[in-house]
Amino acid sequence: MTTTDVLPALRATVRGAAHPQAARCSHPDAVLAEREDGTVVRHADTVAKAHAPDTDPAHLALRLAVATAHPDILLAPLRPDPAALHGRLITFWPYGTPVDPEAPEDAPWEEAATLLARLHRRRPHPGLPPMRGPVKAARAVARLTGTAVDHPAAPPVLGAWRALPAWARAEVPMSAPTALCHGDLHLGQLVRHPVSGGAWRLIDVDDLGVGVPAWDLARPAAWYACGLLPPDVWACFLDAYQRAGGPAVPADADPWPVLDVSARALTVQTAALAIAKATAADRPLDDVEGAVIDACDRMSTVPPELASDFPK
Amino acid sequence: MHMQCPKCHASMHTYNRNGVQIEQCSGCRGIFLDYGELEALTRLESQWGGPAVPPPPAAPQYPAGGHHSAPAWGAPHGGHHGGHHGGHHNRGFGHMLFSS
Repeated sequence: MTTTDVLPALRATVRGAAHPQAARCSHPDAVLAEREDGTVVRHADTVAKAHAPDTDPAHLALRLAVATAHPDILLAPLRPDPAALHGRLITFWPYGTPVDPEAPEDAPWEEAATLLARLHRRRPHPGLPPMRGPVKAARAVARLTGTAVDHPAAPPVLGAWRALPAWARAEVPMSAPTALCHGDLHLGQLVRHPVSGGAWRLIDVDDLGVGVPAWDLARPAAWYACGLLPPDVWACFLDAYQRAGGPAVPADADPWPVLDVSARALTVQTAALAIAKATAADRPLDDVEGAVIDACDRMSTVPPELASDFPK
Repeated sequence: MHMQCPKCHASMHTYNRNGVQIEQCSGCRGIFLDYGELEALTRLESQWGGPAVPPPPAAPQYPAGGHHSAPAWGAPHGGHHGGHHGGHHNRGFGHMLFSS
């Protein structure tokens, strides 16, 4: 079933979940996201998400259980189990206020880092599947090779990808040590709940699992390395993570030996998607996308750090 | 100050060569020179009549610590362009901040 097929049913479902007693109401629906990997609809205080068609039901149930178990870190679902709707798995969430896309300078970097540090210190549930970060990076590269391999910016990105260790390309399992990870951190993954004055929480458990915790720091790290995120913002994020006892990087030494591979992988992922999207829209790359591809180009001159761990 | 090799992370040991302090890695045997040390060695060498070594390019180094350190493949120092709030790349980067 495609995302367009599930949307009307999802709208009806979220209305029913928001108002179990009422036959009709005047609240408008809002489609918060409509992508291949998920459709999200809000009605009043309730949000329903139709997960990607290939979502594993057992894995989603385990990931949902993690969100339920750690409501001080992750937004807790309204219902403990996924529901089925037109062949798709549906989960229900309270609505939270997202980060304002028009004011990313007000983004809660410290809170995000503190939440990640807390998450990385929690014991993963038995049977929890791997964090899906490397799988997503591999999918982005597959999309590049499948749709835009002839783009002039593709070779440095593919070269940087091939230089990464196999675990970062999702070809072999991630090596120890591992931790409970979010798997896809960016500013769209934070909401404030309750809406007015509530605490920041992480959302979107689809990629959550057991993995290399540096991966969760690697997107901000990549933005910083590409020259996009100001050094003071990166320092604030990293400081907050270390102050909160985050285990991914050493407390008082250069974090880059540990961050290097993950930050390279996220840079490659971002560059691959940028080229694929620019090609699909038949537009040139913008300067920000160009900065990410330039970083991939520079990677060829410096081999990746061998360490995915640091001495304890 | 104890240094770690930026290449292989083994510890580096300090040697004194003709009055110039040189850090050499105990693992890969790579050598780290502080600013001006290569020139000092070159001067010494030319005093002894050997051929002069050309001055090195200003290569970036991993700083030994601190949060402003960056990977060797990172954007050139001072070249970050878009993170400044209100910068002309802000829109594209703003979008990137929110997408998978």
